[in-house]
Amino acid sequence: MTPSDSALAPVAQPVPRLVEQFEHGLDAPICLTWELTYACNLACVHCLSSSGKRDPRELSTQQCKDIIDELERMQVFYVNIGGGEPTVRPDFWELVDYATEHHVGVKFSTNGVRITAEVAAKLAASDYVDVQISLDGATAEVNDAVRGQGSFPMAMRALENLADAGFTDAKISVVATRHNIDQLDEFASLAARYGATLRITRLRPSGRGADVWDELHPTAAQQVRLYDWLVAKGDGVLTGDSFFHLSGLGEPGALAGLNLCGAGRVVCLIDPVGDVYACPFAIHDRFLAGNILSDNGNGTGFQSVWKNAPLFRELREPQSAGACGSCGHYDSCRGGCMAAKFFTGLPLDGPDPECVEGYGAPALALERIKPTPSGDHSRGTRQGPIPLTLLTRRPASDVAAGSAPARLCNENPV
Amino acid sequence: MTAPAGEPVTFDPGLSWRLHRQVAVRPEPFGALLYHFGTRKLSFLKNRTIVEVVNSLGDHPDARSACRAAGIDDAQQAPYLHALGVLARSKMLVAGENE
Repeated sequence: MTPSDSALAPVAQPVPRLVEQFEHGLDAPICLTWELTYACNLACVHCLSSSGKRDPRELSTQQCKDIIDELERMQVFYVNIGGGEPTVRPDFWELVDYATEHHVGVKFSTNGVRITAEVAAKLAASDYVDVQISLDGATAEVNDAVRGQGSFPMAMRALENLADAGFTDAKISVVATRHNIDQLDEFASLAARYGATLRITRLRPSGRGADVWDELHPTAAQQVRLYDWLVAKGDGVLTGDSFFHLSGLGEPGALAGLNLCGAGRVVCLIDPVGDVYACPFAIHDRFLAGNILSDNGNGTGFQSVWKNAPLFRELREPQSAGACGSCGHYDSCRGGCMAAKFFTGLPLDGPDPECVEGYGAPALALERIKPTPSGDHSRGTRQGPIPLTLLTRRPASDVAAGSAPARLCNENPV
Repeated sequence: MTAPAGEPVTFDPGLSWRLHRQVAVRPEPFGALLYHFGTRKLSFLKNRTIVEVVNSLGDHPDARSACRAAGIDDAQQAPYLHALGVLARSKMLVAGENE
């Protein structure tokens, strides 16, 4: 969520702070992410939704349109469409047109694969569609290590096509990692070159991100550099409020945004099969509120899940500060990101793994059990018969892990 | 696409103002959410009175009259006019007959 203007508050009597009101939840989300498909041409190592293969239960065109009708009635102003790679759905443009005709604006995230000159021209003609190109390195070397070989030129071509078509203010969306923190200025000049806006968000240990987070997440020193950069140069940079866990590094309010975990209160996610999760970073049974197609006792549909799901009702109750209660920074970071704690195996009422006071690091050093993924749409890249000799070479620790391999996606993504 | 950047807006409360045609208002218990489909900016109106003023701007010859009609005396209008000024600068409001 990027409320760019500060709240307008010509108030005679004191009213509860906006943040407090948001914590109790709104009648409809402000910021809704909708992953349209788990199918993807890439296999980014940190994919939040462990995407790759299409789920056979994927919502039909008509089911998607019914959801859009409901969002229009609820006055959800816009949806952030992602995936997977949403543009590979054959009905993608039909759904975009349907949404904008029904007063639901669309911002979609893409790796650029389908943003041809022709598509760019069509996008430039619409006032209601915003495009976000994912890029995780300002150079092919850094980007492709995370997003796969060839993904850098693909994104550049998409940006070029958009700029040539006169599409202004596309977004370049960067996930901050250990390897690209030193490229922040380069990202900013890239954005300037294409008349685009830079968006930087936090690396979450969700989906396949759980496998790589330990090695990829910025170091404590890099977090400070990132924070300083955002305060100094981040005025026109979007962050989706994702660095609120860093707000304790400076003066309250130095970091733009609401600094609030909106999960299930003002934010949620709809996945390709109609499951509704508390936030885009929490695709796991633990944060599954319900399914749009099934009757939860109060009828079907998105609004019913949003209003009645026990998980969402629970998230809208006052949350315990837990182990963070005595920390002076609690008011600014609110204990950090629920999903980041959950997927790194830390207690939900303790510090964020990237706590600026350093309480995360010792917690990470303790014995911890990361949750087993509850859904994985990764494509196995193994082809043909598996030579048995590989098995004899498997390190003992792998065998000791027991059961099936936890994930199918440890191979090179492309 | 974003609306092209124009001249900086000066807000004159003695003139007529109204919501930009691309702005939607969603009532909320605390006031309202405003969303501009053109600039893709979100704003919050933090009480019901300012919501009433914003929604009725188009029915009044100028912003001050809209405030008075919502029960805000001239002496109390400053914070409301300030809020309207912020909205005008972010293109949520447009002057008179312009878009």
